[in-house]
Amino acid sequence: MTDLNKLTLSETLEGLKNKRFSATEVAQSYIKNMEANRRLNAYVLETPEIALRQAEESDARYANGTNKALDGIPMGIKDLFCTKGIRTTACSHILDNFIPQYESTVTQNLLNAGISILGKLNMDEFAMGGSNETSFFGPAINPYKADNSDADLVAGGSSGGSAAAVSANMCAAATGTDTGGSIRQPSALCGVTGIKPTYGRCSRYGIIAFASSLDQAGPIAKSVKDCALLLNVMAGHDDKDSTSANVAVPDFTQFIGQDIKGLKIGIPQEYRPNGLNDEISKLWDNGIAMLKARGAEIVNISLPHTKYALAAYYIIAPAEASSNLARYDGVRYGLRVEGNGLDEMYINTRSAGFGKEVKRRIMIGTYVLSAGYYDAYYLKAQKVRRLIRNDFIEAFKKCDMILTPTSPTPAFPIGDKSMQDNPINMYLNDVFTVSVNLAGLPGMNIPMGLSNNGLPLGLQVIGQAFDESRVFQVAAALEQDAAFKRK
Amino acid sequence: MSEYIITTEKGKWEVICGLEIHCQIISNSKMYSGASTVFGADPNEHVSFVDAGMPGMLPTLNKQCVHQAVKTGLGLNAKINKYSAFSRKNYFYADLPQGYQITQFQYPLVGEGKVTVDLSDGTTKEIGIERIHIEQDAGKSIHDLDPKRSFIDLNRAGVGLMEIVTKPDFRSPEEAGEFLKKLRSIVRYLGTCDGNMDEGSMRCDVNVSVRPYGTNELRTRCEMKNVNSVKFVMQAIENEAKRHVEVYESGGQIAQETRQFDPVTGQTKVMRKKEFAHDYRYFPEPDLLPLVLTDEYIDSVKKEMCELPDAKKARYIEQLGLTPYDAKVICENKEVADFFEIAAQGRDAKKVANWLMGDFFAMLKEKHLELKDSPISAEHLGKLVDLISKEVISGKIAKDVFVIMADTGKDPEQIVEEKGLKQVTDTGAIEAIIDAVITSNPDNLAAYKGGKTNLLGWFVGQVIKQSQGKANPAIVNKLLKEKLDK
Repeated sequence: MTDLNKLTLSETLEGLKNKRFSATEVAQSYIKNMEANRRLNAYVLETPEIALRQAEESDARYANGTNKALDGIPMGIKDLFCTKGIRTTACSHILDNFIPQYESTVTQNLLNAGISILGKLNMDEFAMGGSNETSFFGPAINPYKADNSDADLVAGGSSGGSAAAVSANMCAAATGTDTGGSIRQPSALCGVTGIKPTYGRCSRYGIIAFASSLDQAGPIAKSVKDCALLLNVMAGHDDKDSTSANVAVPDFTQFIGQDIKGLKIGIPQEYRPNGLNDEISKLWDNGIAMLKARGAEIVNISLPHTKYALAAYYIIAPAEASSNLARYDGVRYGLRVEGNGLDEMYINTRSAGFGKEVKRRIMIGTYVLSAGYYDAYYLKAQKVRRLIRNDFIEAFKKCDMILTPTSPTPAFPIGDKSMQDNPINMYLNDVFTVSVNLAGLPGMNIPMGLSNNGLPLGLQVIGQAFDESRVFQVAAALEQDAAFKRK
Repeated sequence: MSEYIITTEKGKWEVICGLEIHCQIISNSKMYSGASTVFGADPNEHVSFVDAGMPGMLPTLNKQCVHQAVKTGLGLNAKINKYSAFSRKNYFYADLPQGYQITQFQYPLVGEGKVTVDLSDGTTKEIGIERIHIEQDAGKSIHDLDPKRSFIDLNRAGVGLMEIVTKPDFRSPEEAGEFLKKLRSIVRYLGTCDGNMDEGSMRCDVNVSVRPYGTNELRTRCEMKNVNSVKFVMQAIENEAKRHVEVYESGGQIAQETRQFDPVTGQTKVMRKKEFAHDYRYFPEPDLLPLVLTDEYIDSVKKEMCELPDAKKARYIEQLGLTPYDAKVICENKEVADFFEIAAQGRDAKKVANWLMGDFFAMLKEKHLELKDSPISAEHLGKLVDLISKEVISGKIAKDVFVIMADTGKDPEQIVEEKGLKQVTDTGAIEAIIDAVITSNPDNLAAYKGGKTNLLGWFVGQVIKQSQGKANPAIVNKLLKEKLDK
């Protein structure tokens, strides 16, 4: 029998339904591969016994014909999702040994559809980072290496563990979250497919908050169809999240394979700055050519406020984070480092519990919200956010969909000095992705090919709010034409 | 209106005061979670994952709290804002699990309103309401159970609050005191807050400054936090204003600071100087959408409004003929007003009011009872008044019946029946007693006839006595006069 862990989610479902193999066999195959690839540090907690128990239940359902939408699919869960009875830390020391007594809505939806949980996946601490290097558990490692080097490369971030695990077949699919590119960028760097849905599409209930107005959950998987199958289940209105949208969830798979002839694809000139990596530029041109060949109409568009997006993002996200992370104070759960009196206990706990990047963002966020600076920073950033949203509204009057690169570079070495020395260089990785979060739109990475030295590169399809359907439609076309070979 | 002026050897000063009142909203569950709000549970029994600030938990707005706040706004004649929004107020404290309070900052639910207060000199004054916003309460820190550690009870964390902010319209402690009483009365009428200041379900912050009398200056104000009774609020204003005057007159300056009122000494002391004031870093709450209300919704709340104390008082004076004082006292408390209305139903309301204000309240006071525990029901009090009006018993006998009612809780009709207290209105029977009294007192009869007509009262007394109090005094009077003058 072929390696079960190499199958896509949809192929696995097919096989399970046809009883070619059992859910337990699938789970065992993934567990074996998960253990074999521990070097990648993709998982921060492995739960094989849970996965096997759930797989057994799936097998029972397949046997009596009560199987559900994703029955028997072994998944990895980003450690930002609270999972009942399973340690959840956001890869932060401050949540050491935190075991939630509740389940996030998204993981509950997946569990209700019959998935099994292989474990919790590595990520940047509190999802703050673009390389998974800020994790308390150390970086996840990209399954790919450059042809000419043995250096370990980053998996991207913040959902680095998710992308690495999917790429290395350590799970059939994974959950991710995306605040400024955290699903799309690691997907691009690890050669997998991931979609950040429209803000409000998936409930944020039970997902540890980073920046509430930007955070959105989505799937990372081996194919566009897999992502559609997953989003079908993950999405939906939730009374427990006031910002979750009461919008119908169509069957996203029905848009896969549909003709894209006549669709207008916007190409934003601002995304092709001077000095853009030649390979990325070429990849983008190839993508444009593929869509054109299928009869799509290519339209030049302008998103004039793009150049302010990173600055606005790095004010708004830290501002919200500084407030969201105030609850980690050592009083009720997680790490506590005693001190002389309450204030000292706070200081000791938070000094020991948070890593450098998280502290930096708490400082930035506190600063931009403080009296006398609020108007100049936070309020200004909110205005920029509105302008960026308006840019997209204007652009979508001329096109149906937008095509851009996902990341300005392929995966870079772990511990890259220029990025460690200057966090701005790290923040620049988000240059093509943050605008989408600021505007609340859906964006998807599709792996399109390898760089000259063998590293995955991806393109991003950006859709209109709640128009994931056509994002899948275009993404599936690109996927087919690019014929990217997974590991 | 009588003015409240602080006069010293050096000059005259005027007090400027505004209040911020936190009212706990009466609701089944908390402001942003489904946890219960019942008072008096064991510590940390009513705490949801949201209230405890657990990772990944999100607030959801309780519609009942919004409804209660809108109702309160309407009760304070205030503008209901169809668009309002939530903000986070960030600060660290052990009983604030999220590290921020979800409140309303820039866009409060309720805008400007006004409340009329009645003052002791018979005048009224209008006090402006600046705004009402809704927010969540914090938990409680308990510092006195252990010498080294503090304990946290999160039962109160997340309970809905309305913060009612007045304009700086108070010019005397009395005005502030009367306002608080009126506000308490209104929220109790509406059933939106129980108004118990001693239990902390209504808490008052007092802002005070002074200025030379006759000027329009605005001088530095000091805020006193959590003053928890009407009396203390009045005392705090009086003493804080005096302190300001003393500081200014001795050449000093008042520093903007938060002060604490000490109920034992009646004085205030510094709690937090301005340099140490929190920077709350308010920003829009990203977890909650702005609150948008429709006209239909606001109208539906309007339809639920009950008659409020001012309207009720006016009706009692104009339609029932009560004195303004009686009307005010009866209307202040909705339970009293409801009791009164049942007792007065179909009767002479003024007489019922007299009984209520007199013997009835005195009885409750003497027995240390709350109205709800009264042995005399409103129906029985009404019946007692009926018995007098229908001349079944005299006013004097009624007092005795009232005492028995208070002791036994019995129906006055039953008491009158059982004890045979029915007033004698049969002129034949009365005439017989009169004749007997006159016959057995020939000396007084002679004196009366000789011009000492004030002996009539003595004869009346004798007749009533002989009848064991049951003879109708009016009939006795009339018949006696006829017989004596014959």
